[in-house]
Amino acid sequence: MLDIKLEKKLGKCFINVAFKSDVTEVIALFGPSGAGKTSVINMVAGLVRPDAGHITVNHRNLFDSNAKINLPPEKRNIGYIFQDGRLFPHLSVRSNLAYGMRNTSTSESSITFHQVVELLGIGQLLDRRPSRLSGGEKQRVAIGRALLTNPDLLLMDEPFASLDQPRKAEILPFVSRLCTEFEIPVLYVTHSLEEISRLADTLIVMDSGKIASTGQTAGPPNG
Amino acid sequence: MNLFNLTSIELEALRLSLWVSGWALAGILPFGILIAWVLARKNFPGKSILDGLIHLPLVLPPVVIGYLLLILLGRNGIIGALLFKYLGISVAFTWKGAAIASGVMAFPLLVRSVRLSIEAVDQGIENAARTLGAGPLRVFFTVTLPLIIPGIITGILLAFARSLGEFGATITFVSNIQGETQTLPLALYTLIQMPNGEASAMRLCLLSVFIAMMALLISELLSRWFTATLNG
Repeated sequence: MLDIKLEKKLGKCFINVAFKSDVTEVIALFGPSGAGKTSVINMVAGLVRPDAGHITVNHRNLFDSNAKINLPPEKRNIGYIFQDGRLFPHLSVRSNLAYGMRNTSTSESSITFHQVVELLGIGQLLDRRPSRLSGGEKQRVAIGRALLTNPDLLLMDEPFASLDQPRKAEILPFVSRLCTEFEIPVLYVTHSLEEISRLADTLIVMDSGKIASTGQTAGPPNG
Repeated sequence: MNLFNLTSIELEALRLSLWVSGWALAGILPFGILIAWVLARKNFPGKSILDGLIHLPLVLPPVVIGYLLLILLGRNGIIGALLFKYLGISVAFTWKGAAIASGVMAFPLLVRSVRLSIEAVDQGIENAARTLGAGPLRVFFTVTLPLIIPGIITGILLAFARSLGEFGATITFVSNIQGETQTLPLALYTLIQMPNGEASAMRLCLLSVFIAMMALLISELLSRWFTATLNG
């Protein structure tokens, strides 16, 4: 389902990673700051162009340096949840959620607006502007917005780094449910061991651009 | 001294000024936003030359710009001759020429203001829109453009003020023809040189102040309204 091999020189750091996954699971990318975790998922999303390698998601070739394939981000069908939410400040929560919906036809749409609003508990926020949301609410809306594009893969870049402990506890359960309920694989960047133990099925440890070790975790306790 | 009854010459100058500035703005607005976006977001060889060319009207004496326009767009000018020969269009000594002169002089102010506001837009938000399936054009119209509207309003105000006050390039390029190219500043200049023109000149002065204040007020209100809308 997921086959990724990337090489990229970024300043003094040389990123060289390769990993595969054949099941729908939560993969955590773990490592110290500057290990290149965010660069890896930016390359998967199409926001940064790798020097060489390939990215295959669900048998779709998104990038292949040999075949000269490089799909732009909007054609990759990959959802990205950023550390800082990045909601559109000029749009209501409802319009933020709907922004990516028009590219998915209703027939192939397995995730409905109603489902997402229900799952994330954001029904009472729909008419608000992002500036009137708390940090946790913003991240839930960001997750919903990415889900509604019906992505083949969800990328998360330390989505809870800016949240305090109660807010984290509020959102963490949603993430493990995404993978199981909607059958979307998740590639999750973090430097929190607690999040890994609660969410991840597979753990990839990165250090200075390379994969230091890979392994299965005991799996999330509730999934 | 009667300060409130405008004579027909003064009314004509007022009407012409608004007309010329309006067309100048309409002409440079889409182009100015495009150039501002290119300068803010793209890197290419010759970028600093393009940037310099756009800023020329800000640093050159306006008379030089007027003379350059005459050489380029006059009936015998390099471009003007072709325009007249094939399309029968002549802009020299018409209000259209005055609008072009105003537009050229106001262009750098518009571009600067819009460019600053585009640079202030978080590219992370634009990238987020890309990952949600929006191509570059949709990102521009649904994310970038709405976020830079306050900057565009400021740019429009500065450009409008600059083109209302345009004197040197206009008088050089299209001369001072009453009813055709005689805008407020040109009319004022003419009146100052006439005996007994003081009352008229003072009226035009006050009129200029009034228009400038109105423009400032309107742009301030619009900016506030848009900022309030943004913050929900």
